[in-house]
Amino acid sequence: MEDILVVERKNPPFPAAGSLAPAPRGETDQAPAPMRSPEELFRRRRVQFTLIFLLLIVVTAFASLITQFNFITSIESFPKALLWLAKNVVPNAKSLRLVPNILGKLLQTVQISIMATVIAAVLAFAMALLGAVPTRPNLMVAGVIRLIASFFRNIPVVAWALILIFSFGQSLLTGFLAIFIETFGFLVRSFIEVIDETSKSSVEALRATGARYFHTIFQAVVPSVKPMILSWMLYMVETNIRSATLVGMLTGSGIGFAFDLYYKNFNYAGAALVIISIIVVVLLIETISNIIRRLIL
Amino acid sequence: MQGILEVRNLTKRYKDVTALDGVSLSVRRGEFVSVIGRSGAGKTTLLRCINRMVDASGGEVILNNVDVCKLSRTDLRKVRSKIGMIFQHYNLVHRLTVIENVLHGRLGYKTTLDGMIGRYTYEEKLLAVKTLAMLGLMDQMYKRCDELSGGQKQRVGIARALVQEPLLILCDEPIASLDPSSAKIIMDHLRGACDNLGITIIVNLHQVDVAIKYADRVVGIKSGRIAYDGSPANLARNTIYEIFGSEAGELIID
Repeated sequence: MEDILVVERKNPPFPAAGSLAPAPRGETDQAPAPMRSPEELFRRRRVQFTLIFLLLIVVTAFASLITQFNFITSIESFPKALLWLAKNVVPNAKSLRLVPNILGKLLQTVQISIMATVIAAVLAFAMALLGAVPTRPNLMVAGVIRLIASFFRNIPVVAWALILIFSFGQSLLTGFLAIFIETFGFLVRSFIEVIDETSKSSVEALRATGARYFHTIFQAVVPSVKPMILSWMLYMVETNIRSATLVGMLTGSGIGFAFDLYYKNFNYAGAALVIISIIVVVLLIETISNIIRRLIL
Repeated sequence: MQGILEVRNLTKRYKDVTALDGVSLSVRRGEFVSVIGRSGAGKTTLLRCINRMVDASGGEVILNNVDVCKLSRTDLRKVRSKIGMIFQHYNLVHRLTVIENVLHGRLGYKTTLDGMIGRYTYEEKLLAVKTLAMLGLMDQMYKRCDELSGGQKQRVGIARALVQEPLLILCDEPIASLDPSSAKIIMDHLRGACDNLGITIIVNLHQVDVAIKYADRVVGIKSGRIAYDGSPANLARNTIYEIFGSEAGELIID
């Protein structure tokens, strides 16, 4: 009699064990929804994958039908295009006379992109402090900052250049401003994310010691985010040299202008030289920034 | 012994959750109090309402005859500079050295400019070094905090709290991320701060055995209410079961 009582007392923790028979006992309390077998789960994944794949093919076929884009002809014309490029767009001896001019313009482009990045980064950091969770003064300010940043960022740099040409004309300043605005928008968002990720706990600890707002910024936020922020700035310098080329074509400044000029004068050799010099500079900047990154991280 | 902290009818409601539901508590100077309870019972909220890292929805927190809940920002900073806080995840600035992190404990006493550029007086630096020596961290002084082990990081956290020359130290699960031997070192240092420096200590714990071993007094919290308040010796098994829920009881004890 007593034995039975003991057994009965021990049983109650698993009252539902019988009703969920097929599932292994360890999983009964974790899965309130009817648990499927692993085979079923994997079958569902396969079906999902196949459906998505088919959908992509249908969308692509439909799109090329509308735009009358013929995949076969475009592939066929490819070798011809390459041949033309190889024959015409190569620097020749005559184009080497242009080197001093190209280097001058290139320097201008690099300067513009570095300047725009540095100035934008300083402003973006101040804005990011107002927008990031650990350091924002209040929710409304943070919301406004995020909105402004997203507005600046989501209009493409080429569109900014075209808009600004109306107010500032075709000049170096227009190119600078277009790149600056785009960089600013992008960096505010990146910096907000960096601050949110790295500084939350230490800012909390410093606030608990009675530190002032600016103490937490300079003693906790700045040391924590410094390497990531430098890394983002280097990335933006690289990106900006590429976009400065494009923007230069529109605003008539820097290396983009040189390319545009030679290209439209059928001076393909000169244009080729411009392209090669841009590639060299971008690779150079990338190498330098990789070295700097390795040193600071 | 005089009362240093008086919590009266403290409540805290988040949108649809009541974290604290009328908690009253009075702590004497130099007392070592352990707050125990399940995760989500309201331990952390209670601790954070004391130095107002979280604003209470109702009730009073009287610290040294001042109602913390009614203070202006400037006065709140002054009160906070006298309350140390220790966190489960240490909350250090990982890219700075140990000594820099310890000196952060002095920021509550600094002017804006001095604190921003990190200009500390000779006495403050001496205090920081002495504190590090006491915690056995002299060799780590110039290391960056991300080079330290978990136990060492938490000792830096204690050092940062101690250089505040605090009346009260709040510890939020200080040993929850540590192995047993590091945990013992941390608890011994906290007990030492209480016994030798006369600092009042409130520790949130979920390890009942640790609470019983180290505390002068145990406060059990269940669903935002106080379920036990008394000496560790009088803490009955049934009360522990009640605080933690009966299924968990067997796992916690022994």
